[in-house]
Amino acid sequence: MRAIWIIARREFRRYFTSPVGYLVLFLYLFILGLIVNNSLQQAYAFSLFQGAPPPNSDIIIGPMLTLLVFSIPALTMRLLAGEQAAGTLELLLTAPVRDWELIVGKWLGAFLFVLVLLALTLIYPLALHLLIEPGLDWGPVISGYLGLLLVSAALLALGVAISAMFRNQVAAFAVTLAVFLFLWMVSSLAGAGNPSEGVLRYLDFGNHFYNAFFRGVIDLQGIVYYLSVTAFGLLVGTVIIESRRWRG
Amino acid sequence: MIRARDLTKYYGPRLAIDHLTFETRKGEIVGFLGPNGAGKTTTMRILTGYMPPSEGDAWIADYHVVDDSLEVRRRVGYLPENIALYDDMTVWDYLAFMGQLRGVPNLEQRIAEVLERVNLVDRAESFIGSLSRGMRQRVGLAQAILHQPQVLILDEPTIGLDPAQRVEVRELIREIGQEHTVMLSTHILSEAQDLCDRVLIINQGRILAEDTPEELELRLRGAQRVRLQVGGEAGAAGLQPILSRLPGVLRVEAVDDQHLEVELAPDAAPSTRPALAQAVLDAGYTLHEMCTASLSLEDIFLQLIREEAASGPAPDAAATPTANEEA
Repeated sequence: MRAIWIIARREFRRYFTSPVGYLVLFLYLFILGLIVNNSLQQAYAFSLFQGAPPPNSDIIIGPMLTLLVFSIPALTMRLLAGEQAAGTLELLLTAPVRDWELIVGKWLGAFLFVLVLLALTLIYPLALHLLIEPGLDWGPVISGYLGLLLVSAALLALGVAISAMFRNQVAAFAVTLAVFLFLWMVSSLAGAGNPSEGVLRYLDFGNHFYNAFFRGVIDLQGIVYYLSVTAFGLLVGTVIIESRRWRG
Repeated sequence: MIRARDLTKYYGPRLAIDHLTFETRKGEIVGFLGPNGAGKTTTMRILTGYMPPSEGDAWIADYHVVDDSLEVRRRVGYLPENIALYDDMTVWDYLAFMGQLRGVPNLEQRIAEVLERVNLVDRAESFIGSLSRGMRQRVGLAQAILHQPQVLILDEPTIGLDPAQRVEVRELIREIGQEHTVMLSTHILSEAQDLCDRVLIINQGRILAEDTPEELELRLRGAQRVRLQVGGEAGAAGLQPILSRLPGVLRVEAVDDQHLEVELAPDAAPSTRPALAQAVLDAGYTLHEMCTASLSLEDIFLQLIREEAASGPAPDAAATPTANEEA
């Protein structure tokens, strides 16, 4: 267990000694800022002419999931693919560290980075709170952020597993993004009356977010779903590293 | 300290190592000598717990490399061939990271000691990416000895170094070898002779011979070879029949127009060489150079492979007591 923390801490620090970490932080906050600004202007225009209600936290939390889907592959692509390409994995695999500790450590390091990222985005709800009367309803903000944390945990685990499959970081990025987009769109494949409709809707990670956490509902089924995907990703990553040993 | 029994590894259908059996004692420096692709790295990767063998067993300090992999990894220091390091870390941070993973006590003090040992104290705060090849190799060694392992496994520790760095690294290995059991691989014969108490010669995944460097050399000194550079209009080949007739000469080979290689019988008289020179002159040639052709690793392999082929499928028990049990 100690090894997990050592690896996680190193991975976390590495995001701040490489351009990728700063780039993701900057782009995430910048693009979110643009979207929020745009939404505010629209809401302002509407409120002038139609007396519409003031904007709520949806304009911030709504786009955050989309941005995570594109950011997380950039955060996970390097975790194991980079080690395999550079050859540094050999020394990690000959250190007294279990394969699952390595995978969980890598995942935890990335998760800590996403925690920082999400913490920084809190400036937007705070700003909105000051802009509108009578202030923000914090319930949906809390459930929304909880949902985003769960989504991040799940997507990061899938990203780590996919990174373990590749030596090439670009390939890892592309495949991770493709898998995310598939899991995001999967429920749209389900036509009415399709017998697999229920399964497909369950697999869709966007559904669990937008139908519950986003609306201020803390949904047990959603929590179970995200934690299961996290465990699945970490397990697959571990199995891939183990099988890599056997293939040599 | 290290024990391997019938160690075998397949990569898909390809057989990388074939029933290797050997043993090393505590405090010994053992050399693993063989050409590229002989199976040295594969064997070392199995011993370090990096990958499991397809068949057979190995133990380090009586811990099984597969069943007690973590215990083995705690006791082994490993320098992989062409060591890969994190270029974006400083030397100190890298050693701190590896030391923490291995749970080294009094880590800061230990890092300072090890840096002193590998002569990198003044580069502790440098980024690894900015270091020269030789310095990187020393960082690799520092990493390998940091946790004071009982067994040190070094894969081609001097490859890619310039001669001065090579001497430096060898000196370091010799020092380390006084406290640890060291297994190192190399394809340079002189290096094995220089450093090792015992040498295992490996080719195509099989151990061909196992001996002290001195005995190995003695065995191979059976035939002496002399290389001649001659001048003459007829070309060197014209000398072949003449020199072949001299007493003590086993075989003469014309390498090109100017060079000949002469194989002498092990018991050839000391006067054979002057006789060779005289014969060259008498035949109307000029003699430009005459020297002992040193035995290269290649020659040793050729000789060992010839011996093996000659002895047929039966084990050459006298020469390789443990190697060919399965042959």
